Amino acid sequence: MCGIAGLIHRGKSSKVGHELQGMLQALKHRGEDSTGYALYGDTDGKNFIMRFKVGENVGEGSTSVAEDVSVYDERKKIVDSYLAEMGAKIIKEERILPYSLRYEIEYNKKDLLEFSQKIESIPGVEILSMGKSLEVIKDLGNAKMVCDRYNLDKLVGTHAIGHARMATESGVDIKSAHPFWGYPFSDVSVVHNGQLTNYWNNRRALENKGMRFMSECDSELIAVYLAEKMRDGASLEEGMKESLTGLDGVFTYFVATKDSLGMAKDTMAAKPLVLYESDNLVAMGSEEIAIRSILPQEIDTYDPFDGEVKVWQI
Amino acid sequence: MANLKNVTKKTKAQAMGMHSEVLTGRTQQKFFNPDEAENFYYFGTYDVDFNKRTDLDVKDLTAAEANKKIDDLMSQGYGTIVIKNPQGKHSLGVGILNKLNLIFEGSLGYFGIGSSDGPIVRINGRVGWSCAENLMAGKVVIEKNAGSCFGAAIRGGDLICKGSVGARTGIDMKGGTIIIGGDAGAFTGFMMQRGRIIILGNVGINLGDSMYDGTIFVGGEIGSYGSDAVDSELTKSDQDWLKRKLKVAEIGENFDVSKMKKIVAGKKLWNYDNLEPAEKKGAI
Repeated sequence: MCGIAGLIHRGKSSKVGHELQGMLQALKHRGEDSTGYALYGDTDGKNFIMRFKVGENVGEGSTSVAEDVSVYDERKKIVDSYLAEMGAKIIKEERILPYSLRYEIEYNKKDLLEFSQKIESIPGVEILSMGKSLEVIKDLGNAKMVCDRYNLDKLVGTHAIGHARMATESGVDIKSAHPFWGYPFSDVSVVHNGQLTNYWNNRRALENKGMRFMSECDSELIAVYLAEKMRDGASLEEGMKESLTGLDGVFTYFVATKDSLGMAKDTMAAKPLVLYESDNLVAMGSEEIAIRSILPQEIDTYDPFDGEVKVWQI
Repeated sequence: MANLKNVTKKTKAQAMGMHSEVLTGRTQQKFFNPDEAENFYYFGTYDVDFNKRTDLDVKDLTAAEANKKIDDLMSQGYGTIVIKNPQGKHSLGVGILNKLNLIFEGSLGYFGIGSSDGPIVRINGRVGWSCAENLMAGKVVIEKNAGSCFGAAIRGGDLICKGSVGARTGIDMKGGTIIIGGDAGAFTGFMMQRGRIIILGNVGINLGDSMYDGTIFVGGEIGSYGSDAVDSELTKSDQDWLKRKLKVAEIGENFDVSKMKKIVAGKKLWNYDNLEPAEKKGAI
């Protein structure tokens, strides 16, 4: 059991970091092994923001092996040298935690595949997100702990999705935490609640087509599946509709891009989702209490039906 | 296994040893024995006065605290309780085993009004998954929408949602009536064993999948039929019952019931020859 939440403001920006923290914290009983945020902040759109990790959180409950900070430093140095090689200029650098970094990068090529492959060829390095608005922040602990650790409370933006995880089929670590970046597409992220039963068949097929997987978490498949559809020319909504038959199992998932937010629910409607929709705001979560954390007044909500796909623009 | 071809008892089910067991436990024996009716005592019930009314704000209470407060108020004889600020909390109003007029000014989360027997409940909002699960008797009215597994395994009472409901409405229901004013999702009436479901709007795929018994009435379009679910003739008696039920339920009073579809189990999968508890209570 995991919890997912998402919101999109239409026509304005808001403190989406704070809002999503409240929604996910309300769902913490669904799992607090790890919590992740995909925040779409207000930026000038010139530079890429790269969130990446050079190691794992080895705190309480982690299934990762402890490494010395000097190992992280060494990996960071190699990342910096590779960026320079590829002509990417670091505009701003933040090292929030020894293993977690945020770079603002001036990089003019549109294809991020070669870029990402180069960076991730460094053992122990994973790009959590790459985009001109998207920032994926995920770590062990509940929503408040992660929000406080990364100072997400004040982040202003238009939309966000997030995930409170109870680890089941893969480890308690950052690489298995949601959201997943829609590698190698700029500004695409996914969160999922459910189980995918044709994970390995799909994974093998996608890997044969050159797609990359960083974890053994079945939810990562959704991000890779959609990325492959979009690479082949499908729109986000078309890819999501195809996923209803292409992915087997029970699922409700959210996907976000630079200017949109979407949801899909499997054909058995086996996983919960409650949705609130108004002219200015769409908010949704695994349980109504997530929505109530930002809208305590009486509102009209509903459960989307089986096989439903919806996409909203900012 | 019993030889079903040479049964001396009344039914095959009884021949297999079912429905003939002696019920044990203090309340159950009294509950099921008409001779004991006058001594009947249902543990955890209160004699309340509907005219004694109070409000309860649950904004800062946990579900357990709120339910304890409701219990305390019933023990003081309050028969009409208005719950303020439920704010989508789970498991509110559960385990109420006596008559009570309970009003929620707002929405409930999961498992609201679960395992109850007798209350009249009005929810001026939405309800989450598994509302009124295992309801034995009473009436629950939801003014807005409801989540999945609405009325799961109910055995009696009327469960009414004026809006739309999610998937698996009436799953495993064993009696009672569920009425939906709007649409219903997939697998409505999944494995239902008794009772009736009325849907005025459209219904999703796999309607009545693996239903054993019971009846489903649909006013709108049907996504698809589930295994063993088949159409049946809508009789005059059905129409009269539907009109009466919709009127009492304050929903779709002017709905043209003559055009509704009636869906029943296509195979007789089992015999139900014993009265449900609610029916026994009526007999007592």
